[in-house]
Amino acid sequence: MAKRIDVSGLTAYYGSHRAIDDISMTVEPRSVTAFIGPSGCGKSTFLRTLNRMHEVTPGGRVEGKVLLDDENLYGANVDPVAVRRTVGMVFQRPNPFPTMSIFDNVAAGLRLNGKVRKSELAEVVEKSLKGANLWNEVKDRLNKPGSGLSGGQQQRLCIARAIAVEPDVLLMDEPCSALDPISTLAIEDLIGELKERFTIVIVTHNMQQAARVSDRTAFFNLAAVGQPGKLIEIDETERIFANPSVQATEDYISGRFG
Amino acid sequence: MSHAAVQDTPTPVPPPGGPGSLSQRSLPRWAPAGFALLGILVGVGIGTAAGLDSKVQWGLIAVIAFVVISYVVTSTVENQRQARDRLATSVVWVCFVLAVIPLFSLLWTTISRGIEVLDGYFLSHSMAGVPSAEVGGGVYHALIGTLEQVGIATVISAPIGLLTAVYLVEYGKGALARAVTFFVDVMTGIPSIVAGLFILSIMLMTEIKPSGLMGALALAILMIPVVVRSTEEMLKLVPNELREASLALGVPKWRTILKVVLPTAIGGITTGVMLAIARIAGETAPIILLVFGSQLINPNPFQGAQSSLPFYIFEQYKAGEVASIDRAWAAALVLIAFVMILNLVARGIARWKAPKTGR
Repeated sequence: MAKRIDVSGLTAYYGSHRAIDDISMTVEPRSVTAFIGPSGCGKSTFLRTLNRMHEVTPGGRVEGKVLLDDENLYGANVDPVAVRRTVGMVFQRPNPFPTMSIFDNVAAGLRLNGKVRKSELAEVVEKSLKGANLWNEVKDRLNKPGSGLSGGQQQRLCIARAIAVEPDVLLMDEPCSALDPISTLAIEDLIGELKERFTIVIVTHNMQQAARVSDRTAFFNLAAVGQPGKLIEIDETERIFANPSVQATEDYISGRFG
Repeated sequence: MSHAAVQDTPTPVPPPGGPGSLSQRSLPRWAPAGFALLGILVGVGIGTAAGLDSKVQWGLIAVIAFVVISYVVTSTVENQRQARDRLATSVVWVCFVLAVIPLFSLLWTTISRGIEVLDGYFLSHSMAGVPSAEVGGGVYHALIGTLEQVGIATVISAPIGLLTAVYLVEYGKGALARAVTFFVDVMTGIPSIVAGLFILSIMLMTEIKPSGLMGALALAILMIPVVVRSTEEMLKLVPNELREASLALGVPKWRTILKVVLPTAIGGITTGVMLAIARIAGETAPIILLVFGSQLINPNPFQGAQSSLPFYIFEQYKAGEVASIDRAWAAALVLIAFVMILNLVARGIARWKAPKTGR
């Protein structure tokens, strides 16, 4: 079940360095929201604050509020582990578990959390692999190691692994940057299908990709190197690319800087 | 380049090795072997001519001749850069040979002398009632002692070392982690006799009698830092992405470590533990102090004196009789084989458990 994300006044630090400053935005359920902006502007950091992965980095801490359907992820009694089960994540580089087979990789989220029956597991794995458009390619070699797949297949395996635990939100941190155009297309198609069920947030450096897959686009920028990144604007994707309200956005999109 | 091709070209091709040419005169591929042969001949020649007795001197002359010849010939035929490359390569090869000679000599001596006595009887009998001057007897009691002491030491130190390494890599930060790292480094340098004395002092204070367990405790002190160090390095090699991937699935940290980090590193960890076992299997000093030594089979490590392979070798050698020295060599062979088999098992496990990449 997709959920709405409501961020207000979010500031994230690495030690004493402020990486992103005072970000507020709303991410609509069952939609794709893309984050664009130059390197180092804090897109990925912001993404990682949405499932409390930021604090996994040594020195990482967060101020502000992230409401997931009215529940603050940074509330006093919130368990980060529970948050991450609700808000799944796909990383830049495909990272299947090297010791596990394809089947075990997809089952990892459920199995490592205990409490599943075998018959149920096979069902979930098949459903997730089909959801990630990978089932036909791997159904005959589910017991082979996941690291034997191609890069694009590995990334879809990671997506299958992420959706197997049935999260409400799926965060994707440049999921296609290590992939060739054909694999990228496969993943973009997949994103289009997944948004029927999940709230999707995707970080990308590829503006065409943002234009292709997203409903809304957020542009991040930083004043100078070493300065904290800021949200410049967030709007309908068409509006951002055709007629942005801030000059910096237009400059970035038209390639005048960054 | 063929001769005809040179004639066909309108502009003359510069001769090989000339300015502007990419090709140059070069030595044939068998040149290093030739230099080595030449060096050995020079060594043997000068050695016989000068009537040098020591074969070590022959070898040194041959080595120097080899290095000098390869450098001089290469610098005349090829160029300075190639000559320096050849010089470095020659020195590396010489060092390799120097390192390997003692190893092979040791293996050869141990095998050729040890094989005489080594048989089923030797492996299955103790020294009970066998005078040191007489043939017979065996190593069974020492083998049992070594297996039990090393086994207990491993059971104690593998979990402690593993958990310490997990703490250092996954949780530790700040002063405590630095202190632990420092003391692990200090422990690595503890001489085995000191570890033995430490346990001995406890035994004297609490009036405990020597037993295999006491020896195992001293061995564990020696083994823990080795296990911590090797496991730590292996855990650091596990990519952070895997930890993040697991955490992002909502898996708690302890399960991530147990199910993702440790399995990924298990091959290297096993190798590390096996190497640590190999290191302590040859310790003699703590055994002399704490296990006391025995000629009889004592399968109970918790009570009474035991023997062990290194102790047995020491004891048989000290007896000084022909028969006992033969037994010492055979026991040395058994010890080497024991360590070697452990190493092979470790490599097997490492290969079997290593992350698979096949399609």
